[in-house]
Amino acid sequence: MDGAPLRLYVRRPLRQERAHGIRLTVEVPSEIEFVETAVDLVVRQSHHTPVPEKLIEFNLRVALTEALVNAIQYGNNADPEKCVTVCVRESEDEVEVTVTDQGNGFDPACIPDPRTSECLKRPEGRGLFLIQQLVHDLTFNERGNSLCMKLRRA
Amino acid sequence: MTFTVEQADNGVTVVSVDGQLIVGNRNEMKEKVNEALEGGNTKFVFDFGSTGYIDSSGLGALVSVSKKVREKGGDLSLAGMNEDLRMLFELTKLDTLFKIYDSTGEAVEAF
Repeated sequence: MDGAPLRLYVRRPLRQERAHGIRLTVEVPSEIEFVETAVDLVVRQSHHTPVPEKLIEFNLRVALTEALVNAIQYGNNADPEKCVTVCVRESEDEVEVTVTDQGNGFDPACIPDPRTSECLKRPEGRGLFLIQQLVHDLTFNERGNSLCMKLRRA
Repeated sequence: MTFTVEQADNGVTVVSVDGQLIVGNRNEMKEKVNEALEGGNTKFVFDFGSTGYIDSSGLGALVSVSKKVREKGGDLSLAGMNEDLRMLFELTKLDTLFKIYDSTGEAVEAF
């Protein structure tokens, strides 16, 4: 393969970004094998925030795994030329994690409820639903290629 | 090792998941179950006593293998989940698709 091997690119915040609560920005190559490492990194950085450890260790871990897998597989179509950007921001009473891919976006309203009898026995289609259930607040940008998950102090 | 496969005295295959069942290792789990199925085993218990988390790919893989096991006339049950894991099954209503037991011993004896 030509070029440098794919790797995570971690960028520490600039001073003005720190002033806005940004703790970390990670660029994740569009390869599923990087998901676990990226999630570990973000979870570690999100400890010692106002959000309870249990929510960071379980809810954030699972929700971010889902968001990254969706961004890599569906957003970027696993295109090695594209990456997914994860930005972690902390405020007084919450942690906000934004996951942005380089795809065309999607309409979250078009994703069927995986709990219906038609969908229950399907092996796929639960990722977005789990994110919705595990975080306190979930929003998308207009294009649909970036989601923002918020976890708050209990 | 993420998955350990053992035979209980009554012939039930116990698959223990150490760490997590996620997009990165679900295929390994499917291969383990397929090998056991090809060996004639049709009764499975998944032991999640040492499992930290499961993602939607892991949940989907369990749905897939349970379908395959049931097509062979067997069954698959789940055991040892902590309250977070149990919550995932309840949220997704997958608790209606699987028999869930508190302990692996209880799940094995139920076959």
